[in-house]
Amino acid sequence: MSENDAIPEFKRATGAGSEVGITGGMSALATGPGIRSVSEVLAIVLVAVVIIGGTELLLILFHVPQYVLPRPSEIAVALVTDFPLIAPHLGHTLVELFGGFSIGAVVGMILAAVITQFPFAEKIITPYILLLVTTPMLALVPLLILRFGFGYEPRIIAVALASGPMVMINAATGFRRVDSGKIALARSYGASTLQIFWKVRAPMALPMIFVGLMVGSIFGLLTAVGAEMVGGGFGLGNRLTSYSSMIQMPQFFAVVLILSILGILIYVLFFLLGKKFASWEA
Amino acid sequence: MSAAASNQPKLRVKDATKVYATRSGDLLAIDRCSLEVGAGEIVSIVGPSGCGKTTLLWSMSGLHKLTAGEVLLDGKQVTGPSAEIGMVFQDANLLPWRNLEDNINFPFEIKGTKPDRVWIDELLNRVGLEGFGARMPRELSGGMQQRAALVRALSFKPSVLLMDEPFGALDAFTREEMNRLVEEIWLDRPTTIVLITHSIEEAIFLSDRIVVMSPRPGRVASIHKVPFPRPRSLEIMSTREVFDLTNTIKLEIVGEQRSRYPADAAVAPVPVE
Repeated sequence: MSENDAIPEFKRATGAGSEVGITGGMSALATGPGIRSVSEVLAIVLVAVVIIGGTELLLILFHVPQYVLPRPSEIAVALVTDFPLIAPHLGHTLVELFGGFSIGAVVGMILAAVITQFPFAEKIITPYILLLVTTPMLALVPLLILRFGFGYEPRIIAVALASGPMVMINAATGFRRVDSGKIALARSYGASTLQIFWKVRAPMALPMIFVGLMVGSIFGLLTAVGAEMVGGGFGLGNRLTSYSSMIQMPQFFAVVLILSILGILIYVLFFLLGKKFASWEA
Repeated sequence: MSAAASNQPKLRVKDATKVYATRSGDLLAIDRCSLEVGAGEIVSIVGPSGCGKTTLLWSMSGLHKLTAGEVLLDGKQVTGPSAEIGMVFQDANLLPWRNLEDNINFPFEIKGTKPDRVWIDELLNRVGLEGFGARMPRELSGGMQQRAALVRALSFKPSVLLMDEPFGALDAFTREEMNRLVEEIWLDRPTTIVLITHSIEEAIFLSDRIVVMSPRPGRVASIHKVPFPRPRSLEIMSTREVFDLTNTIKLEIVGEQRSRYPADAAVAPVPVE
């Protein structure tokens, strides 16, 4: 009897031992991610080298003319040598983007904060905001140019119109997330409506606000470049039409590359901001 | 003045009635509830779910307005949240974007006063949360979160503590630990406490009196005195008297519920062949 008891006891003990072994293995893996992410980086770099090198090779092999598709090496050379010529245009695009986006984002956030306090007003306004979100604001650029000329104004307005509603609709989703328990907590300390807004509603909405800022700024970049392509003599979009009309394809792709990098930088910026200020969620 | 103050109950609920306007018509949540709580007394409110316990407690805190009747704190009518009242909510209700320290500072930020560091550190020590100030709520266990919430509620030294099923979400052991903690803090610095609970054992362990409410519309059905000495040890809690009191209260609550569903009573006695 006692022997019978002893055996399962022993088994259980070894079972526990093997479990420790497994978790030990897990922790060995857990120290892995550092190494694993380095190998991941290596893999990513390797794939990039293969793709870029392969493209270069194929383009040489099949004698693809430069005006159809320039070789990556030609694009790289154009990026370096022509950067001083492109840089001012990058500056113009950034001015339009920052100008339009800051106006759009501020107005969008304020509207979202105010509107969500009045459910009835929100119901009336939301369809129009949806309309603004879904309508490509580029469509308005010819009209804006007629009214405001070929300067910054029509572009900044277009960027603001494109990014603002995007920020607003996401921020409104954030502000609508009412946690009545947290609001009751603040009220139990005698919080005013304004205090409840700044200390409860706004922090609670922050993760969604960052999503809105990220999507809105990318939309702003699209609209800025698009507006530059429609009219006016400066900006990266203008360079795209100009280089393609002159069949300067390496320069054309160099500008495309700059735009990609700009887009990624914007994404990374808001991703990091979100991580810093809204990491409490998820 | 002092004689008047000693005769006066700390908290007095007079004919509290609350009607909620809902889509399907008016809903009478609590109906002419009257209750007096003396200074330094612990009173528990128990009753079937949906009987308006929370409504009653929230009215006492000034978070809800009453349809009729009034709540008096030290003889003065409660019309809104008061600095004399601390609330502890169902879940710990910590703000997830603030670390523990900033959560405890939250009431002071709202009130625009300076936190009493000495007192808060003493509280944190007592509940075993010293050195956790920089932790975010999600990094704390349920029991730790609720202890933090207790520190937050006591941080500004309210004379009344209103607790709305404070430990309902905790496991049984953590819950008992929290009960002992509340008793310990109370023995040290008697505060008037009104507590809503679903656990009759918790109510008996902590309270001087237990208020049993009827099903909706909530009325005060009966009030039981809990005569056991403090601190209430395991031995006291396992005596016949505690057992009998538990059963009496349980019968009152369950019995009331039976009467709501006559079909249950008709089905129950049929013996299984």
